[in-house]
Amino acid sequence: MDKRFVYLDHQATTPVLEEALQAMLPYFREAYGSPSSLHRYGLQVREGLKEARQQLAQMINAESEEDLILTSNGTEAANLAIKGFAEANQRSKGNHFVVSATEHPSVLNSIEFLTKHGFEVTQVPVDLVGRVNPEDVRQAITPKTCLVAVHLVNHDIGTIQPIKEISAITAEKGIAFFVDAVAAAGWLPIDVRDLGAQLLSFSPHRFYGPKGVGVLYRNRKARVTSHIHGGVQEGGRRAGTENVPAIIGAGVAAEIAVRDMAKRIEHVSALQKRLYAGLWKNIDFIKLNGPEPGPLRICNQLNLSTEFIEGEGQLLLLDINGIAVASGSSCVSKSLKVSHVLSAIKLDHALAQGNIIMSLGKDNTVEDVDYVVDAFAKIVKKLRNMSPMWKEFEDGEIDSVIAPTGRGKSFTQHAADISGKPAH
Amino acid sequence: MKEKETKEYTLYNDTVMDHFLNPRNMGDVQEADGVGEVGAAACGDIMKISLKIRDGKIEDARFKTFGCGSAIASSSMATELIKGRTLEEAKNFSNQEVVDALGGLPPVKIHCSVLAEEALKAAIEDYEAKQAKTIAA
Repeated sequence: MDKRFVYLDHQATTPVLEEALQAMLPYFREAYGSPSSLHRYGLQVREGLKEARQQLAQMINAESEEDLILTSNGTEAANLAIKGFAEANQRSKGNHFVVSATEHPSVLNSIEFLTKHGFEVTQVPVDLVGRVNPEDVRQAITPKTCLVAVHLVNHDIGTIQPIKEISAITAEKGIAFFVDAVAAAGWLPIDVRDLGAQLLSFSPHRFYGPKGVGVLYRNRKARVTSHIHGGVQEGGRRAGTENVPAIIGAGVAAEIAVRDMAKRIEHVSALQKRLYAGLWKNIDFIKLNGPEPGPLRICNQLNLSTEFIEGEGQLLLLDINGIAVASGSSCVSKSLKVSHVLSAIKLDHALAQGNIIMSLGKDNTVEDVDYVVDAFAKIVKKLRNMSPMWKEFEDGEIDSVIAPTGRGKSFTQHAADISGKPAH
Repeated sequence: MKEKETKEYTLYNDTVMDHFLNPRNMGDVQEADGVGEVGAAACGDIMKISLKIRDGKIEDARFKTFGCGSAIASSSMATELIKGRTLEEAKNFSNQEVVDALGGLPPVKIHCSVLAEEALKAAIEDYEAKQAKTIAA
């Protein structure tokens, strides 16, 4: 097949919609006033921002656009939800958090920061496909719990969490509930009132809006305190001049995401299933991480582990073939650790090493998917040919984790035996 | 943006990419005199080097690697460098030579070159252990 360029990293970011870009452009040089200014330049921009807020609020069915706090990205929104809520409520509500073990680092690391300042956290485990059991959340709640945080969709393995069941518990206990919806927004309809979340974050650059803006929805009952101090922008909860063009673009992207949601979901779901079927038909010893495509998995991605080879090599060879993907392998991470999500689903270390994440978008085609299947099968063959593990597996010295033959010792045992030296 | 469109962006420099995409000496030496297989506890990578040794010299060296692009490139370069050297020279082989020959590795990937050095030394140890056994017998 001829080389194509196929972007399969829509979970990292997406290109800006033409409509969003066109809406943004006048806000750089024509309507360039600061929305805090009281003259016509400022007032004109203020009106544009109000409309964008309404578009963003409608995307999640918020009661009012006043309930949104606009930040610089999803990470800042999560930081504000956790640290801002903790600061505002620690005296009245307690100092304990309940979170799932597979939250995004922006959530986990915000809480880890707070644990150095007198807060405590209970991490609720997930099952082998990454689902939280709501009863585990109930069990983890103590009289000192101030906030429960569970993401709507996992950023790594695409698991959709039972948010409504969890919010039934937090409502019963009178505890606030923060839902990180960054990996969901644009690819799953979101209704904050139906979900029962008091705080919810999302990031427009994940659904064809621009980078540089994140959104925190905050129910009026959930108080948050600013952690960026300065003027009274965002109702005093996030100081600093607004990133006006990005917010305008985000509003347009939100409106179009709502308009096209059903169409986009149908399109990427079909590609997801085709990709899944194609890869599994052409490649042996490959494992899906997270739930099967269907109601428990987000429609736009696959997270897979290919046995006996490592993820970065796969990523680089895919890139050489024009295909852009992500990986949760330790070789890809700067800390040399496998993704904490893969550890939380108890994925064998050798399989976590062979991890690749392919995330689809509205512009991918059937031809793209078929090209990826063909290219990936060749890449796997090439890397297995280079891997000592593949030969040792064929010789019966080590066994497969995915499809054990009963011959030889486990890959992980073998790796442990020969790496008995101190870590470098 | 015009210039950027024609520029190729790669994670590693051209030499590393070349050794990753076109690895030298990939495979197993048949009836090898020494085989070393080592794993990196830090990241989980595994490297295997096999040697053919004649008259105290490394006549052939081949590798197989389970690991990232820089691990594959490091083992390719290490086998390339070591061929033709005496055992004494090979025992003093340092990972820095691999790093230099590759034109540098990112700091977080230096351990890949250490793994190549360790695999080579493990192969020499294996050879010497086999030699000692033969002499004893």
